[in-house]
Amino acid sequence: MQFLSYLINGISLGSVYALIALGYTMVYGIAKMLNFAHGDVIMIGSYVVFFTFGSFGWNPAAAIILSMIVCTVLGVLVERVAYRPLREAPSLAVLITAIGVSYLLQQVAQLMWTSNPKSFPSVVANSSIFKPLRLFDGQLTISAETIVTILACIVIMVALLYFINHTSAGHAMQAVSEDRGAAQLMGVNVNATISLTFAIGSALAAVAGALLCSSYPTLQPTTGAMPGIKAFVAAVFGGIGSIPGAFLGGVLLGVIENLSKAYISTQLSDAIVFLVLIIVLLVKPTGLLGKKVNVKV
Amino acid sequence: MFRLKNMRKTTKNNLITFGIVIGFYVVIQILSAMGLLTSSLSGQLVPICAYVILAISLNLTVGILGELSLGHAGFMSVGAFSGTIIWTVLYGQVPNWLGLVLSFVVGGVVAGLFGFIVGVPVLRLSGDYLAIVTLAFGEIVKNVMNACYLGYDSTGLHISFKDAASMNMDPSGTTLINGAMGITGIKKASTFTIGIVLVILTLLVILNLINSRAGRAIESIRDNEIAARSVGINITKYKLMAFITSAVFAGIAGVLYSLNYSSLVAKKFDYNTSILILVFVVLGGIGNIRGSVIAAALLTVLPELLRAVNDYRMLIYAIVLIVVMIFSQSPQVVAWRKRVMDGFRSRFNPSKAKEVQ
Amino acid sequence: MKKLISAALASAMVLSLAACGATGDSNGSSAAASTGDAAATAEASNADGSTPIKLGGIGPTTGSAASYGIAVMQGEQLAVDEINAAAGKTVFELKFEDDEHDAEKSMNAYNTLKDWGMQVLLGTVTSTPSLSVAGEAVNDNMFMLTPSASAVDVVETGDNVFQMCFTDPNQGIVSADYIAEKGLGTKIGVIYDSSDAYSMGIYNAFAEEAAAKGLEVVTAEAFTSDNKSDLSTQVAKCQDAGADLVFLPIYYNEASQILIAADKVGYKPTFFGCDGMDGILTIEGFDTSLAEGLMLLCPFSATATDETTQKFVSAYEAAYNETPIQFAADAYDCVYAIYQCVQNGSINGDMSFSDMCEALKTEFTTMTFNGTTGEGQTWAADGTVNKPPRVYVVHDGAYQTAE
Repeated sequence: MQFLSYLINGISLGSVYALIALGYTMVYGIAKMLNFAHGDVIMIGSYVVFFTFGSFGWNPAAAIILSMIVCTVLGVLVERVAYRPLREAPSLAVLITAIGVSYLLQQVAQLMWTSNPKSFPSVVANSSIFKPLRLFDGQLTISAETIVTILACIVIMVALLYFINHTSAGHAMQAVSEDRGAAQLMGVNVNATISLTFAIGSALAAVAGALLCSSYPTLQPTTGAMPGIKAFVAAVFGGIGSIPGAFLGGVLLGVIENLSKAYISTQLSDAIVFLVLIIVLLVKPTGLLGKKVNVKV
Repeated sequence: MFRLKNMRKTTKNNLITFGIVIGFYVVIQILSAMGLLTSSLSGQLVPICAYVILAISLNLTVGILGELSLGHAGFMSVGAFSGTIIWTVLYGQVPNWLGLVLSFVVGGVVAGLFGFIVGVPVLRLSGDYLAIVTLAFGEIVKNVMNACYLGYDSTGLHISFKDAASMNMDPSGTTLINGAMGITGIKKASTFTIGIVLVILTLLVILNLINSRAGRAIESIRDNEIAARSVGINITKYKLMAFITSAVFAGIAGVLYSLNYSSLVAKKFDYNTSILILVFVVLGGIGNIRGSVIAAALLTVLPELLRAVNDYRMLIYAIVLIVVMIFSQSPQVVAWRKRVMDGFRSRFNPSKAKEVQ
Repeated sequence: MKKLISAALASAMVLSLAACGATGDSNGSSAAASTGDAAATAEASNADGSTPIKLGGIGPTTGSAASYGIAVMQGEQLAVDEINAAAGKTVFELKFEDDEHDAEKSMNAYNTLKDWGMQVLLGTVTSTPSLSVAGEAVNDNMFMLTPSASAVDVVETGDNVFQMCFTDPNQGIVSADYIAEKGLGTKIGVIYDSSDAYSMGIYNAFAEEAAAKGLEVVTAEAFTSDNKSDLSTQVAKCQDAGADLVFLPIYYNEASQILIAADKVGYKPTFFGCDGMDGILTIEGFDTSLAEGLMLLCPFSATATDETTQKFVSAYEAAYNETPIQFAADAYDCVYAIYQCVQNGSINGDMSFSDMCEALKTEFTTMTFNGTTGEGQTWAADGTVNKPPRVYVVHDGAYQTAE
């Protein structure tokens, strides 16, 4: 029973990682860049939900939709201003710019909303549809947040897979991902496709932010940073660029983290997570579900 | 003059780099002698040297070997901790200069050893996967050192990864590493002169390595691994050579850095510090050693210069980072800059403009 | 082209270093902009011939620990403004520098303040940077009074380093004694931050004292600054171990998460915190009913009825539109403690910082100070403060003195 409750805590954390990792892997797979500012877009999205839903008492769905709009605009804007000029530059240059954007968003958040922590109200707390699941006479509780996060993950994953494989915009994304130059020659608008990728990734960040802060309710300008890195690790774990991989990687990461906290050491749980990651990558160098790329001479 | 012209281009380039470092040292010494040096600047001299060494050594991995490493601070950390322990234990037992040399040697060797341990399996990976594994390595080092309690008493060494009480040490024992508190009460030893000597040593070793046969082999791996292998270059050997050299100097920089402060905590060497060093390398120009030196010095001083605008300090730093990156790396901006410069030149010095073309 | 760029970069470096060298003088005038205090521009002496004393403050105003640093900055600024207004002249000038909760940046801030002409250091806010800065302050013989860096190593660095807050071991021992004496719990769980010097310091002393007092610590769970978003497993382990009292030597941020996580699984032990817990009731959006019954050992309560506290709280709320936490109160007291020495006539703005340090050392070890964090505070020669610890219990969203 104890084991089950630790496992559920792990899945709950893991589903949040997975949700963030979906956005990461989407952008990486198509734009081929590590968007280190993704975690900070999440933070901005959470603040939007905090003020509209928490302070002004909006309907949670309306608050999340507004947050998605804000994040989409922000994501596209950042891509246009900071990343697009560097598209042909070495990939490291874009990486550093993304880090600059991450610092920038954190500082802007601090100047606008101060660094005082805010306690985030759960967006599903008073929901009539989603209730906490109590099993075995209440010995085991699965919180409503966990249920919603897992459902959201699955819905988004399926929707993304459908979008990429069955729509023309999705095909354009795949083409850009395979070979940007060739895609352009075939008449794909590369700039528009990458903008669309960022728009989707950022909208996902808004959803992830609302659910991250509902489960783990402290909101500060630095809130997005660490989950962002963990999600990045999750995305690599599952095979970066692979959408089911991001989901699997996220959930596994959360489970490993919580089980090592429960049974080995709370101090060293992060060290254990990273050690497992290294071992997995040594055995499967492209992650769990990553595609093996053969280098042609 | 005659000899300078006949010199090989790389040699000349390297001499300029050494000249900048020595010139910087001389200028600071003159300022210091004249009493013009502020506490603020003199306090930053040792960290500047440490960051310069880190940037040069990381440039060997990123620029010359062509592999992205996000765990450089991890090597810095193991070097700093091992070197500082040697320094603290030997303090008062041996002459200070010997203690210092030993701590630098041990810091470098331990970091190099970790470079080897991490390098052997990891260099099978490449690109972003290597980056994530080095990041993971840095985080593991940080977490383990944070939870590490080390002390010694009459019965020997005691170590625990839980808390101070679990070390089971005599009350008379000495605690060396106290978990999250790290090492405290370090006798400061680093000076600007030591820092500059180490920078020059680093430059000597790394520039020579780059310009040697091994260096060319390493560069050929960066440019095309398969082609390099096909002409019989031992990929693993040269990759490891670059990776370990890079780790050794990161360790030495770690010792230099930690002996400049009276306390040392593992938290300092986190992912943000690795990124910071990477920023120096990229901004200075990937593969450009002199650029690393200058960028590390400038970017260490920059946030301090911005103290006058306290609230907006980090905001401005972030914007500068983005703008400089776009300005120096974007192909369109670079082309535009070149056009402007050429136009500028041809207007004032038509003969020179031809030479450039 | 490459040559040109590198030449430009090199010259930029020399220029900026020269500018850095020159900022020493201009910093004084830029102090007004950075501290937002109009009075601080008075570089010269006052009308009555007295010279203002330059107080330097260091703490994190950006990054993850910014909320603590900003509270200290605001507390110090408020006290300086009040004193200057009441005296009708510039008694103190304050300049507060950011250290991002990092030792290297903290040293840079210290050196910048020295260039400005700082005579007394009121910092640093957090323990880890404090250790490095204290080493330098001892070398320079600069008087250092830290509002909140509570690690015992900080004051052990030298005899010119004093604390306004209790030391970590002191808090751990007093907590254990209190819990044992009042019989608050039979099985004790602990959740602490193993990556934080403050939390570790309290926990280690608490564990030792608890063993001495015969308290049964059933489980001690840690988290680190990297994995503190999810604390549910630590809570579950305390619950599984059957702990009826959970000791939380951590800051209010993380504590609020633990209370929420415990509430979700219906776990209701007694929670007991230390001074870092103060502030939990003022977190925006936090449901204070979850904190019902929470006990904390803290020298300061914003709802205390004594005159000093009331005056401070209302002035702070008027100035910054938020309720002060213990960090701000400690910082406020630091300035007033120095002011008491000024009024005693033992220090004035014309003294060198080293002379001032000697005078303050004598003064602090002999004087008694009444402030917002306690009446009758005295300091031992080792720099630790002696004031009565107070234990509060949260009832209906406000502190009440515990029995």
